[in-house]
Amino acid sequence: MSLARNIFAEKTGIDSKKLSAGQFVEADADVILSNDITTPLAIDAFEKHSEGRIAYPERVVLVADHFTPNKDINSAEQVKKVRNFAKSHGVKFFDAGCGIEHVLLTEQGLVVPMDIVIGADSHTVTYGALGALASGMGSTDIAAAWVTGKAWFKVPEAVKIVLKGQLGEYVSGKDIILYLIGQIGVDGALYKGLEFTGDALSELSLDSRFTIANMTVECGAKYGIMEVDDKVIDYTEKRAQRPYSPPPAGYSIETDKDFDEIMEIDCSQIDPQVALHGSPANAHSVNEIEKIGIDQVVIGSCTNGRWEDYVRAAEIIKGKKASPSLRFIVIPSTASLYSRMVKEGLAEVFLDAGAVMSPPTCGPCLGGHMGILASGEKALATTNRNFTGRMGHKDSEVYLCNPEVAAASAVSGYIISPGEIK
Amino acid sequence: MKKQLKGKVHKFGNNISTDLICPGKYFHLRSDIKKLAGHTLEDADPEFIKKVQPGDFVVAGENFGCGSSREHAPLIIKESGVGAVLAGSFARIFFRNAVNIGLPVMELDTSGMESGDELLIDAESGKVKNLSKNTELTATPLTGVMKDILEAGGLKEYVRKGL
Repeated sequence: MSLARNIFAEKTGIDSKKLSAGQFVEADADVILSNDITTPLAIDAFEKHSEGRIAYPERVVLVADHFTPNKDINSAEQVKKVRNFAKSHGVKFFDAGCGIEHVLLTEQGLVVPMDIVIGADSHTVTYGALGALASGMGSTDIAAAWVTGKAWFKVPEAVKIVLKGQLGEYVSGKDIILYLIGQIGVDGALYKGLEFTGDALSELSLDSRFTIANMTVECGAKYGIMEVDDKVIDYTEKRAQRPYSPPPAGYSIETDKDFDEIMEIDCSQIDPQVALHGSPANAHSVNEIEKIGIDQVVIGSCTNGRWEDYVRAAEIIKGKKASPSLRFIVIPSTASLYSRMVKEGLAEVFLDAGAVMSPPTCGPCLGGHMGILASGEKALATTNRNFTGRMGHKDSEVYLCNPEVAAASAVSGYIISPGEIK
Repeated sequence: MKKQLKGKVHKFGNNISTDLICPGKYFHLRSDIKKLAGHTLEDADPEFIKKVQPGDFVVAGENFGCGSSREHAPLIIKESGVGAVLAGSFARIFFRNAVNIGLPVMELDTSGMESGDELLIDAESGKVKNLSKNTELTATPLTGVMKDILEAGGLKEYVRKGL
């Protein structure tokens, strides 16, 4: 049974048996998210075209994370506009330094299983790891949802992805999703919904699951939803800021019913991956690429900016120095993760290795600030996209990998498997 | 939305990302869509913005607009005077955004179109005539809510009607 169709059915009152691919449905959104880039456009649409009332202020979350701490006067004006809007409408607003939206919202318990989450940010798909139906949209969609509390969806074809086998050393969620995108391409799941299950998924930490769900948009997916198990319930119980009930019995994708396509991935065959410049689909085993020298390493982002990511990177680089030939940038994703990194000694490990630690921000991932590349420069990053010009100059290059490969490569100065420097 | 559109083709390849359409490095201009539009598709074709004439068409291969959800991408294409975007397929958020802001997007086989070809498009029937090559194709029609939104002139107008 498709988890997503179950949620559509639950929220719309339409019998799940009557839901099929291609059908349009309108459903209430439990969380309506936007950031400092996308909110100002939504405010313009809202103020010009509505009565100026937000239907459900408690569902609205605004996060200033992309160009904050304010990069320049223009950013400052845009964030001011968002801050004032939040104040006058009484909606949640997380200001500079609180954190990167998709790490912050889960940490704060603002999303629970079976929620419908819409966000004016493509990586809104991250919440699929909690069994929520979460999808990215644009600013005008968000403005409309402020007014109506609802969003429309075209029910997509459902693809079941079964993750099997035991993960190898230095392999985590990032490698599974890069491998998958490498297999199906950047439009391999266009207009489709991905639904994950399998014994390897059960073994994965929540942090790894967030990474996988986060990058499902990089193969075009509308959402990447995962089964809700005890780990998800435990995670939610500790944080949920709203009453919620665990999904009903039978809420699983064990049966193949409802699925248009089924894919199996043997995770035991996956090496640590590197996506070569130009596309997240250029995924290769780190052991099979030529020697690539790098000018910058970035660890962080909504993709790989969770506690486990920093711990894995720190374990590799502890007691070592980053190569003087590169800039080593570590970005804690939220204020509380930053504080924990200081308290538990991870900050010291990174700083002793020669890292620059920036405040929580999306920063260099989208070529915003805090680590922009010059022409001809190459960066290895735990971020999510490496299209032309993504991190700066159009003649710069971005390579994507997991936190351990990033840390090892920071030491060697070129892209290397963590096994080679231990 | 105009019923008949006529203009020249500016051809692009597959997987034209929102980073190519509207690079993050120009986001300091984001409160001024006119200025931001001066950089439309710059990293894909630096000459595009100098060449494009009002009513021209951006024509691409598969997965046009992949990547970010930034609505600035379709907004600046519209602002630069482009009459419609035609592609083999679109990334879903870009497609949704374009419909929401009233930029016509048409899904059809674009492999036979080349830069400089002159097209005549009938928006209502979805028929696309290539006047330079004397061929005709029909775009996949919009259905459901998407059709209603486009007919209302965009999502803002659609929501206003429903209030």
